[in-house]
Amino acid sequence: MFKATVIIKRRPKILDPEGKAVEQGAKLLGFNNVKQTRIGKYIEFFVDTTDKKLAENEVREYCEKLLSNPIMENFDYTLEEVK
Amino acid sequence: MKPKFGVVVFPGSNCDHDAYYSLKKVLGYEAEFLWHKEKDLKASNVIILPGGFSYGDYLRTGAIARFSPIMDSVYKFAENGGVVIGICNGFQILLEIGLLPGVMIKNESLKFVCKDVYLNIENKENIFTKSIKQNILKIPVAHGDGNYFTDEETLKELEDNNQILFRYVSSVGKVNSESNPNGSFMNIAGIMNKKKNVMGLMPHPERCCNPLLGDIDGSLIFRSVAQHFLN
Repeated sequence: MFKATVIIKRRPKILDPEGKAVEQGAKLLGFNNVKQTRIGKYIEFFVDTTDKKLAENEVREYCEKLLSNPIMENFDYTLEEVK
Repeated sequence: MKPKFGVVVFPGSNCDHDAYYSLKKVLGYEAEFLWHKEKDLKASNVIILPGGFSYGDYLRTGAIARFSPIMDSVYKFAENGGVVIGICNGFQILLEIGLLPGVMIKNESLKFVCKDVYLNIENKENIFTKSIKQNILKIPVAHGDGNYFTDEETLKELEDNNQILFRYVSSVGKVNSESNPNGSFMNIAGIMNKKKNVMGLMPHPERCCNPLLGDIDGSLIFRSVAQHFLN
């Protein structure tokens, strides 16, 4: 079995109104050094197989077809074998 | 021929009944609900993907609804030239499934916007607006994610093929940022596919069809589509 962790990030050119609003909060708190806050998604799940290559393919396809929208997002993932 | 409208119902749709009521009771067309788990379009001539929050808007708006069984049939229907209208969340589903280009992101203001807006009809060489005489429509919007975005290349394609159908404008037809309720790229409110049989728009035409409620500009779009089948 593998544990997958996926991070979905907005592409650099895509506006992030949420990130902008959160950063306004940072300024109110006095975090004046905080710049370019961008909000993404963190997703974790298990892939029930012993075949790492198969697990990797499945994670990638899941990311491409459903978890991310390639027009506005990029994804990174890690796979870790668990017992 | 009188057209039959099929209104798809997803878990979380909340404008399905408005669309059904306006089409059937106000405008007098044949209409039927289509449950998202079914595949049969029940001989509909026009498919409506209604507004709402399908699957709770989880992950991204429309991202999960596009995998509902009925969407396979809707996709094939559209590919074969069938008429499909996506309203608000329905528009977002059409973007996710790839029948229309681009994406929707959160409104620039981060606020849910619910108000009347003015739309300029950019193109009348299509069934959705062909029989509409006026150039500006007043129709309400109600959404949190209506900020249309696409890359420059796709925008050029949309413009070159006359696929932009509605833009947010002032009451006298001026395209400016004050008239843009959500920060949408180029004030885009509605677009079509290349073949012009699939249309998505953020405003809700089904909410302004009944004269008892005041405005009826929304009905003009449905009437135009119906006219295409009656001719």
